[in-house]
Amino acid sequence: MSENIEKYITRKVYKGTSSKIAQKFVDAGLEKLRSCINCGTCTASCPSGWRTALRTRSVLRRALTGDESVLSDIDIWLCSTCYYCYERCPRDIPVTDMIIKLRNIAVEEGYILDNHFTLAKDIFYETGHGVPANGENNKKWRDLRESYGLPALPPTVHSYPEALKECQFLMNEVGFKALLDNARKLKDERKLAEEKKENEKEGK
Amino acid sequence: MSEEKNWRYAFFLGCVIPNRYPMIERSIRDVFEELGAELLDMPGASCCPAPGVFRGFHIPTWFVIAARNIVIAEELGVSLVTGCNGCYGTLRDAWWDLEHDREEKKKVNKLLAKVGKEYTGKFEPKHIMQALYLDMGKEYVRGFIKHKFKDLKVAVHYGCHIVKPSEKRPWDGEYENPTFLDEIVELTGATSIDYKEKFMCCGAGGAVRTAVKEVAADFTREKLVNMREAGADIIINCCPFCHLQLDLGQVEVNNFYKDIIGEPFHIPVIYITQLLGVAMGMDPSRLGLVKNHDLKGVSPFIPIQPFLDIVKEQLI
Repeated sequence: MSENIEKYITRKVYKGTSSKIAQKFVDAGLEKLRSCINCGTCTASCPSGWRTALRTRSVLRRALTGDESVLSDIDIWLCSTCYYCYERCPRDIPVTDMIIKLRNIAVEEGYILDNHFTLAKDIFYETGHGVPANGENNKKWRDLRESYGLPALPPTVHSYPEALKECQFLMNEVGFKALLDNARKLKDERKLAEEKKENEKEGK
Repeated sequence: MSEEKNWRYAFFLGCVIPNRYPMIERSIRDVFEELGAELLDMPGASCCPAPGVFRGFHIPTWFVIAARNIVIAEELGVSLVTGCNGCYGTLRDAWWDLEHDREEKKKVNKLLAKVGKEYTGKFEPKHIMQALYLDMGKEYVRGFIKHKFKDLKVAVHYGCHIVKPSEKRPWDGEYENPTFLDEIVELTGATSIDYKEKFMCCGAGGAVRTAVKEVAADFTREKLVNMREAGADIIINCCPFCHLQLDLGQVEVNNFYKDIIGEPFHIPVIYITQLLGVAMGMDPSRLGLVKNHDLKGVSPFIPIQPFLDIVKEQLI
């Protein structure tokens, strides 16, 4: 067989394919993607893809074939979850929800952007809000609330410390804290390995 | 108003409304009061949690924290109502999914039992637009309009999660061309103008704004270009995160994309209950439209004075 036939046509396994990852995709329900007919409606409907390199069809294809490089690709975080692909898919694949599931697996494997990690751990976990108004840095927002005749802090977890504890307890129980700690660890290990590689290269 | 009014809702604040755009909270509270609807506080509610970013990290966490928030409303014996499309997306989808997935519901309740809570799902989470348009109805709201704009061109921005996924929403499956927000806007005499890609996303959601601000701002740039081309005086929306992206994001667009946009943008961004309130004859100060402070670096970031000038000129 010519090398090119092997390279471009008979090749069934994609670069970087991992059966462990493929199994995770199946467990997450991503096998629904098997009914994809590659029509590209998702890509054509994607306002993020109109300006970025995100190609929804390609992302899904890579997931379907167990190509784990999709997990470290920032593209999966450039979906604004507008749900046009989900609505318009002629095969009724819940595309946006599939991207969300891919993100879950990415975080499990330690692929999470620094900004997102900070938002998850230092903001959401610690304060119970995605956008908090407590703490020294947020005084101007409390003052702004008061200027409109509202109490400095809203009647949310901000005003009920025991409610925040309850949220944190639930986040511990459901495994959110452990997930983030693990993601941090994997992220750090990966960074260290890269630095080592870089140093070795320079050493030579 | 002879009609019996007994609308009671638990008011789910979320994060962006109370903590960055409190003028929206002010206007929702006061407009609902004026309309005879009671809003109950939800003590100890948290972030919804956001449907693109936190659900993107861990779906089980998203389910249990969303269910906990819904339980707070259940304990008050009413549906919750939110002014945020993101909170609506999370709470409505979590509610819908738990209604259709017994196993997941069991899992959630097993966790909630540990904090002495039980989720039933007996009240559907609602958006304030759902309360205004479907519960009260356009004709009821029309009865409260005292002043009408004579010439106000509005670029209506719906946002995404208020209409999608459509099978989990109350709009009869309409997501390509909904009209409920335009209809409420036009009760005030304002004209909802057509503009290119009117239903396009603002760009902020789904973790994009936190990931790469420039990408979010490029969505916004496209929207603003199209709104300006169509001659918009103001932008009206029904989501604080879109509101933030169209307001603060407008400043970012003027900065990131100054070389390609020509004149900088300065289109005032107004939340639906602020517009409705002025047409109902309410004091603008009750609607968070009057600045009463010298704070720096707070919202709104694009001056709303041009809108207040129109109000003064046409309504008073």
